Amino acid sequence: MQHKIDSKQHGPRGEAMTGAIESCVHCGFCLAACPTYTVLGEEMDSPRGRIYLMKNVLEGNLEQEEAQPFIDRCLGCMGCVPACPSGVAYGDLLTSYRAKVESERQRPLIDTVTRRMIIETLPYPARFRAAATAGKLGKLVQEALPDQLRTMLNMLPASLPKAIPIPPVVAAKGTKRARVAFLTGCVQTVLAPDINAATVNLLSANGVEVVIPQNQGCCGSILSHIGEEDRAMALAKNNLTAFAQIDGEVDAIITNAAGCGSGMHEYGLLFAWQPEQKMAEAFAAKVKDITVFLDELGLVGIPENQPERKVAYHDACHLAHAQGVTDPPRNLLSAIPNLTLCELNDGGLCCGSAGTYNLEQPDIAAQLGRMKAQAIADTGAETVVMGNIGCFTQVENHLAKMGATIRVMHTVQLLAQAYGV
Amino acid sequence: MTHPETFYQQLQEICPGRRTLTRHVDLLPYESDALVAFSTKPAAVVLPETEEEVVAIVKVCHAAGVPFVARGSGTSLSGGSMPIKDGVVIALNRLNKILAVDPQQRTAIVQPGVINLKISTAVKQYGLYYAPDPSSQSICTIGGNIAFNSGGAHCLKYGMTSNHILALKVVLPDGEIVEFGSESTEGMGVGPDLIGLFVGSEGLFGIALKITVRLLPIPEQYKTVLAAYDTLEKAGDAVSAVVASGLLPGAMEIMDKMALKAAEAAVKTGYPAGAEALLIVELEGEKEQVEREFAELVNVIEGTGAYAVEVARDEAHRGKIWKGRKGAFSSVGRLSPDYIVQDGVVPRSQLGKALAEIEAASKRYGLGVANVFHAGDGNLHPLIMYDGRIEGQLEQAEKLAGEILATCIKLGGTLTGEHGIGVEKRDYMPLLFGETDLDVMDNIRNQIDTKGIANPGKKLPTGEAPALKMHGMHPLEKAGIISRE
Repeated sequence: MQHKIDSKQHGPRGEAMTGAIESCVHCGFCLAACPTYTVLGEEMDSPRGRIYLMKNVLEGNLEQEEAQPFIDRCLGCMGCVPACPSGVAYGDLLTSYRAKVESERQRPLIDTVTRRMIIETLPYPARFRAAATAGKLGKLVQEALPDQLRTMLNMLPASLPKAIPIPPVVAAKGTKRARVAFLTGCVQTVLAPDINAATVNLLSANGVEVVIPQNQGCCGSILSHIGEEDRAMALAKNNLTAFAQIDGEVDAIITNAAGCGSGMHEYGLLFAWQPEQKMAEAFAAKVKDITVFLDELGLVGIPENQPERKVAYHDACHLAHAQGVTDPPRNLLSAIPNLTLCELNDGGLCCGSAGTYNLEQPDIAAQLGRMKAQAIADTGAETVVMGNIGCFTQVENHLAKMGATIRVMHTVQLLAQAYGV
Repeated sequence: MTHPETFYQQLQEICPGRRTLTRHVDLLPYESDALVAFSTKPAAVVLPETEEEVVAIVKVCHAAGVPFVARGSGTSLSGGSMPIKDGVVIALNRLNKILAVDPQQRTAIVQPGVINLKISTAVKQYGLYYAPDPSSQSICTIGGNIAFNSGGAHCLKYGMTSNHILALKVVLPDGEIVEFGSESTEGMGVGPDLIGLFVGSEGLFGIALKITVRLLPIPEQYKTVLAAYDTLEKAGDAVSAVVASGLLPGAMEIMDKMALKAAEAAVKTGYPAGAEALLIVELEGEKEQVEREFAELVNVIEGTGAYAVEVARDEAHRGKIWKGRKGAFSSVGRLSPDYIVQDGVVPRSQLGKALAEIEAASKRYGLGVANVFHAGDGNLHPLIMYDGRIEGQLEQAEKLAGEILATCIKLGGTLTGEHGIGVEKRDYMPLLFGETDLDVMDNIRNQIDTKGIANPGKKLPTGEAPALKMHGMHPLEKAGIISRE
């Protein structure tokens, strides 16, 4: 698509933005893959519509505030990316555009408050744990709270699970086949510490030594996806340092959260023109989702004696669309004897969780959540597995709302269960 | 505001709140369809949800003399769904219900905003599908398919959209509702073929509100064969050889080297490496018949100089082959910042000659041309690649496009196979039709649309006496590019 944007005016990310706009041919193939277009049916709320709006803002034909509601409504699910024949790097455009406008925009007070709460708590496990506990008190007065805060409270579990400490090094069982570093993450360690425990146990059972840098923290992805570039970079820098301190080589940096994996793969762009760019790119090249790593390595020693299981697999957007990972988790699950894998018949539409989306756009998120829960229920599976903590909470809430008793698990939890570890 | 305040109020009354859009930011994304080189800003976009609302909007436009265009997913490659300046865009996306399916009769009744592929998805449980498969079938709507008589890869065997529409309920440009055809699969029997008149009329005769489509049983088996050639001409000749053998495949497609490169980058299909041209032939039908035809096809292809022949391994591989083929236009966006896609048709026997002339013209202009086409029915899709940022390149590309169309006509073909005339090829109509032809078409249109408000400026050359435009030389004639024999 033609444009009149001077990419140099827009800093390190200028070319990423104009490159994406140039490669868009406005064919409309993305519309079918877009959750907001599916729900709202308007061109402004489609990927090609948003690209057109961003182009017009960057060209100076349109006020940024006018376009903003439509950009804000984008889930960032990247469903449009694999659907795009022309290879538009929509993620690069969106993240860069959001980072650019975030510094310039005015938000209503309640949005600012919600956003602050997200920014100041989610990336920090200790703060988030404290806030979640305080949130339980908040539930007593939630009727009096604005919608967004109420949605936030509703997402908190009734009680937080006990933290599960993981040692700095977990040895490989049997013959050592590989050595990896592991990102423990932020929100997930508070809401579902069992997922990390299952991850290291599963790796260890497959002959993998796991190193867990102790100074690591949030990878910054949750903030970079909402345009908080500087804070994201600060968090990412901390992790670059923490992982650089590992003695010896590792074969991969493992994550079990799709959002983190996709964000870390974008470190090169996050650190564009920064002194750390090379280091960040090298780090990004090593990042692998747990399912990709295990699928490449090959599972060994799954106990033969397994119960009959009917399991649905939900493609987390940041795994399937942003990283193109669809086969590895299915391969791993299919390796479990007596397991029937069920596919969802919903074209892989986002569940509406999308990082902080269910906090910022509760209505659309709820509609997508209902659609996803229905698609899961329609498979007749008794368990649904997925590779992202964000979807986890959303899917669990909406399945519960429709009264379905379908168990929600992370892919590694089901695998660990099959291994009996 | 372009029109009197009352006009907008009337629209608002029919489509209240956010269903009538008039703000700059809301109109911008509607100013183009898939022919992004052209754009026009409408006065309003309305989002009706019922047939009655569509009719009411048309009546309001008719009374005020404001032009309108119906729009589905905006995937027209000829600018057919591009807004009319200061007109109304009637977006039909919300009329997206499949109203009835009759598995015995093998028909479905659908609203115009239903997405082509969704019909097949919905009737799969009965072992049926909707055959016309435009490459944009995952998103294009039936209403648009009707307006442009859309084709697709498998129309070689099954025919275009018009062969699959049994009955239509239509609102004419003055708001009158009429019904054509019957729900019988035997067709209409007596009287003029009004469905034939309406399908492909590019919105000039009004808007389809309710559509009865024919469904077909899903073939028992598919066999998709890929044959790789070291010249485009050999691939073109192979098409004639296959047809001469008496086989009628479901689809017969050719992609050239450039198109293959783009599609491979998009889908990673694993097309045979190093091909100058790839022929895709798909056999379909009953298992035994397909097996028999397959043996014959392999035999024929062996005599055409293919250096590699492959067969789709499984349904997933077949899916990828078609995904690459169907996304091929858009994936050319990876090779070039801009392109014009043409849609000319030549008699099948002239394919080799047409391709050679296109190649020569491409060299003469110094502009790359990728070729993807429905080879079986001689429907070419040359994609002319250019860089709009370079002064004069768009004009050069347009000239080249005009020359290719002139070649098609010279070889006994026509301007468009399935994308329609739209705004893009409108000015080439006089190349194909004489003054009388155009006058007749215009007369019919004026009888149906007395005020000239239904998608004006598309398909037929504009002006009060359109045929007059033919007096004097066409710009391409002046430039010495084309000539009329």
